[in-house]
Amino acid sequence: MPSLINQTNSLENTWQTISDYNEALPEGNILVAAQYWLDNQVALCERGNVSIIISGDTDLDALGAHLNKFEVIAVSFPAFADGRGYSQARLLKERYNYQGEIRAIGDVLLDQLHFMKRCGFDTFDLKDGLEAEKALQFFDTFSDPYQLAYDVKTPLFRRKA
Amino acid sequence: MYIYDNYDQRIVDERVAQFKNQTERYLAGELSEEQFLPLRLQNGLYVQRYAPMLRVAVPYGLLSSEQVRKLAHIARTYDKGYAHISTRTNVQFNWPELKDVPEILAELATVQMHAIQTSGNCIRNTTTDQFAGVTPNELLDARPYCEIIRQWSTFHPEFAFLPRKFKIAVNSHITDDRAATMLHDIGIKIVKNDSGEIGFAVYVGGGLGRTPIVASLVKEFLPEKDLLTYLDAVLRVYNLNGRRDNKYKARIKILVKALGVEAFAEKVDAEWQHLKDGPGTLTQEEIDRIKGHFTAPNYETLDASCEILNKQLSENKAFSNWYQRNVSEHKINGYAIVTLTLKKLGTPPGDITDKQLDVVADLADRYSFGEVRNTHEQNIVLADVKQDQLFELWQEAKAGGFATPNLGLLTDMICCPGGDFCALANAKSIPVAEALQAKFDDLDYLHDLGEIDLNISGCMNACGHHHIGHIGVLGVDKKGEEFYQVSLGGDSGPDATIGKILGPSFAREQMPEVIGKVLDIYVDLRIDGERFIDTYRRVGHSIFKERVYAKSN
Ligand code: HEM
Ligand code: SF4
Repeated sequence: MPSLINQTNSLENTWQTISDYNEALPEGNILVAAQYWLDNQVALCERGNVSIIISGDTDLDALGAHLNKFEVIAVSFPAFADGRGYSQARLLKERYNYQGEIRAIGDVLLDQLHFMKRCGFDTFDLKDGLEAEKALQFFDTFSDPYQLAYDVKTPLFRRKA
Repeated sequence: MYIYDNYDQRIVDERVAQFKNQTERYLAGELSEEQFLPLRLQNGLYVQRYAPMLRVAVPYGLLSSEQVRKLAHIARTYDKGYAHISTRTNVQFNWPELKDVPEILAELATVQMHAIQTSGNCIRNTTTDQFAGVTPNELLDARPYCEIIRQWSTFHPEFAFLPRKFKIAVNSHITDDRAATMLHDIGIKIVKNDSGEIGFAVYVGGGLGRTPIVASLVKEFLPEKDLLTYLDAVLRVYNLNGRRDNKYKARIKILVKALGVEAFAEKVDAEWQHLKDGPGTLTQEEIDRIKGHFTAPNYETLDASCEILNKQLSENKAFSNWYQRNVSEHKINGYAIVTLTLKKLGTPPGDITDKQLDVVADLADRYSFGEVRNTHEQNIVLADVKQDQLFELWQEAKAGGFATPNLGLLTDMICCPGGDFCALANAKSIPVAEALQAKFDDLDYLHDLGEIDLNISGCMNACGHHHIGHIGVLGVDKKGEEFYQVSLGGDSGPDATIGKILGPSFAREQMPEVIGKVLDIYVDLRIDGERFIDTYRRVGHSIFKERVYAKSN
């Protein structure tokens, strides 16, 4: 069972990820691929309780005005070494002014949590087998970073002054 | 040099703790091989043919004598008594035990050193001219900008998992380029605009490896304060758009080529418009603070010409040979820049023993304000030596084994570890270097040949920079046998050029003879005072090709 955390606690996961679009959509909160949402906007808006999953190559401009409709945007890491999600998260929050929750899903491991937090991720759907309790220790690996990011809005040289 | 404050030290200390924890989890089986791999790589730890290799960062090549002594201590205690200077001016240990690495890192942290981002798909050590700050013809000292880039890139959360490794070099020399700037993912040239303001010409997409390419100009004049926001924009465009499906096509050079330089530059500019003038913009106070760490040492006021030195030079031919090759002009009257060479018959290029490291530290303390610099040609520089002390220094350097007067000459080669150490090698490279050093050991002949860069790589990953050697040698695999391909005409300077392949490859035993032929052709065709590369450019490639492959009869 994968476990969901934010930066301080374990959470209950109320969102179900859809991977098979041929079957009827289940009840409750669902996460669908951004492209599927774009293709089925009207129906999905009617249904409600829908949020999206974006990947490294999702064009955020195409979603532009819709972004703040979503309670959650899940950014997927197909492999932890695929670092596009870091830029996508920062763009969502810093460029598109997305106000909701950004969730890391996929190959979400412990040693990357600190970087994810810095780029604006709020919640983390840990890969199978990883313990929430242990993971919570990984957010504060570094206390005072050099460069600005989403979490710390100015570089060290401005903060030191 | 840059001295850490509490913030810098804490970041490095936290890294030591982090890596200790990662290593423990790996050894306990909590981290898989695959998960541990990028973590250890970002800490400079490779696993190669016989043992792990630990690469320690030496930002822009600069070291204090205290740091050099620590490296000697590590070589002695945790390794087999030697270290290796890499072509990114870092220091490598070839035989540490994985379980010792956290301890080594803790030791390094006590002298403000680390192995952060020395490998892995992240922003690597920024390099520059090894003579920065002391050479007469530079616009200004490039090192403060390298340090600014070092801090910005250290644990940059957005760019820790790039498509591929990323290397930045900065050059400020007006006519020369000792840092191979044009062959970097980003090459930054410090320039002045018409109004006399300092800024940067930014070149992107250079690199060696399988697809050697010279970088293209993407920004003609970037104002000084905009350095980091612009770098953020370049890296973001690369991180999102660089290829991740094929590691041989993942460098930024491939992206620049695929989009075209103009389209790439436009994309970067569009991204930059959002970041420009934001909080990432450099402040004058910060530039001044960093520059304050690179002030001139306490130079004495001396005459430009030193009588004692002139007398010693006229009396001692060996000293004068060394002086001509290994001593360079300093911007301050009465001082000189000395390069200690690590290329000696019988030792792999760039290797240095713990004892030699201790000697280097002592020499630095006594002759050069306690600082040394590693060079990308894998030598060591004492940047501030008084002219009247050169003779004494030379005698000591000779005794230490690093005064071979061959700087810039044929036998001052760049050579990768090759098949003796590296799992990726197609062929050994060190034995070729040794065979060439043995054949061409006559100093008068070498001096007569003058400046020639001969670079050797054991496979097309090009760690030995064979593409940009005036003469390049590449190990290739031919039906399981080791062969060597020769290329000519490469150059790493301001007119950076990728060498052209001469023709079919040669067996190892043939290499000294083949290089001998190339040199004979040059000697035959050169016009007074022409360097090898100038003759090659004048007479062209084909004449070399014809004559090297001509059937002897
Ligand atoms: C022995 C273990 C080593 C291994 C397994 C190794 C592996 C590699 C690989 C796979 C590449 C190609 C990267 C690419 O195309 O993106 C590469 C490039 C490079 N290596 Fe090594 N290397 C080793 C040692 C060294 C050493 C000792 C040096 C320094 C003397 C070095 C310097 C370089 C440089 C400068 C490049 C970059 C060339 C470029 O700009 O594309 N490597 N290495
Ligand atoms: S060029 Fe090839 S053989 Fe040489 S060190 Fe690099 S990867 Fe190894």
